Amino acid sequence: MSESNVRLVSGGAQPGLDAGTGRGWPRRLYEVLKRSGVSQASYVPDAGHAELITLLVDDPEITATVLTTEEEGLAISAGAWLGGKRSVVLMQSSGVGNCINTASLSAIGRFPLLMLVTMRGEWGEFNPWQVPMSRATEATLTAMGVKVMRADDPEMLIEMVESAATFALEADQQVAVLLSQRMLGGKKW
Amino acid sequence: MVGPVLQAPGQVMDRRAVVAALLADRGEMLVVSGLGSPTYDVHAAGDHEANYYLWGAMGSAALMGLGLAQAQPERSVLVITGDGEQLMGLGGLATIAVAKPSNLTIAVLDNGHYGETGMQISHTGAGLDLAAMAEVCGFTQTGVLRDLDAVTSLGQRLKRPANGPALYVLKIKAENPPRSLPARDAVFLKNRFRAHLGLPVS
Repeated sequence: MSESNVRLVSGGAQPGLDAGTGRGWPRRLYEVLKRSGVSQASYVPDAGHAELITLLVDDPEITATVLTTEEEGLAISAGAWLGGKRSVVLMQSSGVGNCINTASLSAIGRFPLLMLVTMRGEWGEFNPWQVPMSRATEATLTAMGVKVMRADDPEMLIEMVESAATFALEADQQVAVLLSQRMLGGKKW
Repeated sequence: MVGPVLQAPGQVMDRRAVVAALLADRGEMLVVSGLGSPTYDVHAAGDHEANYYLWGAMGSAALMGLGLAQAQPERSVLVITGDGEQLMGLGGLATIAVAKPSNLTIAVLDNGHYGETGMQISHTGAGLDLAAMAEVCGFTQTGVLRDLDAVTSLGQRLKRPANGPALYVLKIKAENPPRSLPARDAVFLKNRFRAHLGLPVS
């Protein structure tokens, strides 16, 4: 575990993750995205995606855009495709609810959509406010025609994102990969 | 930074004339239109392969323009939308300002009303200044235009992708001219647009 990860875990009042950090999967996930030709990424900052966000932001070949709300990412992704670029949108499950009407654009235009969603409110969650949207995440995405895949361990995650990237970026589909909270680890306070 | 350009208050323009002036001799400009009347206005100015007309996803036009501007940095990208549509995506102004796409311009056709739904007053009709909001967010060019010559001049400048992001509020009359309806098939519009750019169509 690197020093920065130790700081994340032991940061006292600083919210961090326990089990999810210090593992190799964020970098492997980044490498999968690179191999898939992704050159644009947008995100609402999220602890579960923190390492991946850093890798994307630090990559000069990637245009990374920080959002004020998650649905902006779906519109950016569609615009990117219109202009010939491949993109990924990162968010937490609470942000999925913000995306629903904008998912019309992805669905009706058959715009490739690759969403990586870190789950809250389902495992070791102390904040009850995360629970209702957690419960609704898969149902609302499915209702909008987005295919939902769920990764419960890092090996499955890498394979799943490879598959999802092909499905989205080669077959013009809309896909969300949910990263289970058990895999990410509960939030430490 | 160019601050809001305030012209004679009260003067308003014809929306079709405004859009025609923006798109006259458009060169390689890429255009995204926001749902409702701006989509009809852009179509009325002449259908074009490099137009992407939105018919829904309210609040998304400027952000779609951002993604497109990032993907095509050598081209000028113009988003033409309405005050109501832009108001639904206000946070997007902050996102665009931080992303700093120099080739993106947002033209807000501002009649202060929701023309599609019965001319209810909008926040801009109640006094909110979208150009000032864009300036505060960090847009490098903003302005409020009430004069067609100024719009024509803006259209000429937009042919070159530079010095953005920009947001101009174009004050127009609150009226609904006859509808000019482009295709509603979003996949057709997407593929036509990509083919225009020489991109593969799946």
